[in-house]
Amino acid sequence: MTSPATTDSAPPQLSAGPRPAPGPAADEGLARRLRALACTAPLHDLDVRKANLAGEYSTYGMAEVALSAIDLVTLNMDFDTGADHEQIVARLLPRIAAQAPQRPAAEHERVARWVLENLINVGSVDRGFRAVYGTFATDGSYVRRDYDFKLIEEVPGYGGSVYLRTTDEAVNVLVGALDTDVTSAQIAAEVKLEVLISRGRLADAQLAAEQARYRTVQYSETLRKALDATRRNVRAVDWLEAVPDMIAEALDHVADRYRHENAILTNIRKARDESEDPEQKRRAAELVDIVKDCIRRHTQLQSRLLEAGPLFRAEQDRQAFATPSARAGLDLYGQLVAPLLPLPVESAIKVTDAFFARGTGLRTPVSVRVGDLVDILLTPPQEREHLGIEMPEPDLIATPDDSRFSEQQLAGAKELLDLPPDAPRRLSGLLAEARGRDAELPYLVALLAVHAASPAVGTAYRQGEEKLLFAVDDGTELDDPEFGGADLIVGTALLDAAGMAADRTEAA
Amino acid sequence: MTEHPEEHAEWGEPEASGQARVAAPVTPADAADAARLVAFGLQPKLQPSRDQEYAELLRRYREDPPFARLADAVATGLGLVVLEVSPRAGMAVTAAEDSVFAVRMGDYARRTAADSTDRFLHGLAHLSVAALAFPRPEDLADDGYIGRVSVNGVDAFVRQACRKLEEQAEEHGENTDPATDAPGLEAAWRIWARRSSTGATKDTRRLASSTTGIVGKAVAFLTDSGFLQRTGDDGGGTYRTTARYQLQVRDMAGTAAMAELLDLGVVPVTDGTATLAPPMDEDAGELVADAGLPFHS
Repeated sequence: MTSPATTDSAPPQLSAGPRPAPGPAADEGLARRLRALACTAPLHDLDVRKANLAGEYSTYGMAEVALSAIDLVTLNMDFDTGADHEQIVARLLPRIAAQAPQRPAAEHERVARWVLENLINVGSVDRGFRAVYGTFATDGSYVRRDYDFKLIEEVPGYGGSVYLRTTDEAVNVLVGALDTDVTSAQIAAEVKLEVLISRGRLADAQLAAEQARYRTVQYSETLRKALDATRRNVRAVDWLEAVPDMIAEALDHVADRYRHENAILTNIRKARDESEDPEQKRRAAELVDIVKDCIRRHTQLQSRLLEAGPLFRAEQDRQAFATPSARAGLDLYGQLVAPLLPLPVESAIKVTDAFFARGTGLRTPVSVRVGDLVDILLTPPQEREHLGIEMPEPDLIATPDDSRFSEQQLAGAKELLDLPPDAPRRLSGLLAEARGRDAELPYLVALLAVHAASPAVGTAYRQGEEKLLFAVDDGTELDDPEFGGADLIVGTALLDAAGMAADRTEAA
Repeated sequence: MTEHPEEHAEWGEPEASGQARVAAPVTPADAADAARLVAFGLQPKLQPSRDQEYAELLRRYREDPPFARLADAVATGLGLVVLEVSPRAGMAVTAAEDSVFAVRMGDYARRTAADSTDRFLHGLAHLSVAALAFPRPEDLADDGYIGRVSVNGVDAFVRQACRKLEEQAEEHGENTDPATDAPGLEAAWRIWARRSSTGATKDTRRLASSTTGIVGKAVAFLTDSGFLQRTGDDGGGTYRTTARYQLQVRDMAGTAAMAELLDLGVVPVTDGTATLAPPMDEDAGELVADAGLPFHS
């Protein structure tokens, strides 16, 4: 089988001499650099276009504002959401104000918003940028290609809010480290930091610490994406090797960095406390904050890493072990979506059009009569009421009075029970008297008396009542044709209203 | 209309003598009832359990074959396709191609007429909502299954599929940036991936041209079609599917899209059993029936 292979490989070798271009392999590196270069273009573009703005904006360094905006968004990106638009604008203001202190604050804010909107590229449909570059294809032909990228993207947050995140392109542009391994770059930055601190060069140390923080953010971003994907589809993520390796590596990394940064923190604190120079002191204090933030982010990353395993197992249970059904039908994802996405869009659109045409159901066409149309067209537009529609008058229905006793009876019973405080009476006597007035009255009197057996002293005290009806059982049995039980002694107790009021004010 | 049910009850009695029934001429009242049933079917949000007359006509459709044929004929004449007639789905009809009831993409979203990119995104949004609502083939086949989707979930699901393809292309060292003079050759996933997923607007509404805006439009439209029911506001709005949607996707849209894909020579012809195309090429061979479960969180 070897001989045909050698003859096969001969013709390309012969024809390889007069190539028009260095070939795709060499071009690939060039394409990568061209793309990297393209990522910086929007920043340069800001400074070029600021002349077109209405007003005198040439004093502002737009690229500087833009870079600092990307910095701020990157640093404010939390694990789950992104940075808040308004917060970024607010934090940009001091820098912009410093560039042109004599200008009004409204203009500063306008500049901040203009820069941020241009980094998102609000005007374009995709809210992104496109650069055109050329490469040689494998057959030697020259092809112009479109490179689409974003610097700051808007992501949906909780409750329909919109957050900002920097893209990988932006982070790469910002730290100027294209195609670098995250872990090794981090180690390099740490080493650099330690050296710088030991030499007392705090300005450089701060830079290195900030770089280390970008790396940390990038690292958690990778993990976040993997976990999100796992929640949707366990199989979409390589949990056999890639992710467990990544997690183990990241956990080691966190432990390592944590030790490292605590050591650095001790060093800088010492530098801060020992330094005589106020400028040096301030720098060191800032650095302490940065390193503290790094440690916080590492801790956050670590807790996420520890949750990753259980999350995978739970998702695996939920997704893979769902009860299979005997019947099988069309696999919408496997047979339609997945094969569709890699197709060229001009072919894929045929499939989506077919799905749309058959998948949207029906709409009953609206038909208008000419008579109605005239009416509709001639109807003046309805005035929007500022206060909303008028409240309808509530239609009240009188509820029937179904009380057991009438107001009159209650008054009668109250009168009967209005006993002088020094002369309590037996219930039997009260009942007999009540019976003399009204056949129903004894029931009400009995009820009130029983109720008074447990008088609401607390309530009376709070409300400042002057007297209180009470009933006491002294063991005598009630001898009555209608009621049984104890023949209560019913009386009125006088309460010291003034004293109670004084007590209350004192307590308060 | 109210006198008709009594009429049915009258000549519904001698049900046993089927021959005589078939021979009986169709009365205008029968035609009116059949048309009434189709009219009920044209109100997709109306549930048979909520309307006694609708339920009664459905019962008659199932028990009275000549009436069923009449109702089918009325539907066909109007340019409708009958998917199912049952108590759960009601008179599930959908528009035939070129019917006056058909939804046209140009009416659905105005931009799509001029911009094929937008047309693709809207179509893909509908396909993805269905794919996420019925993640496994069994779910589409199982009449009792109720799918649940959220707007952000659909967007994230498509983005994840796109990211996977992007990673693959990178692994193979492919340059997926499309040629400037041939935008039609750009890979489909890139269109979705490069469109922003959301965006701030002047009011608090979703940015219509963002992918969540496009998905949001799709689910709102499907809700109006009686295919989805809104259940909550989480994740940009959550929805559950109705029996009609399952029928529509299974019997109409899925098969039509599959046919189109086969025309492009993309999908290998399977033997109709649960051997399903794996979601990603490199996983081929080791996957089981429920491969590529696109579950959302």
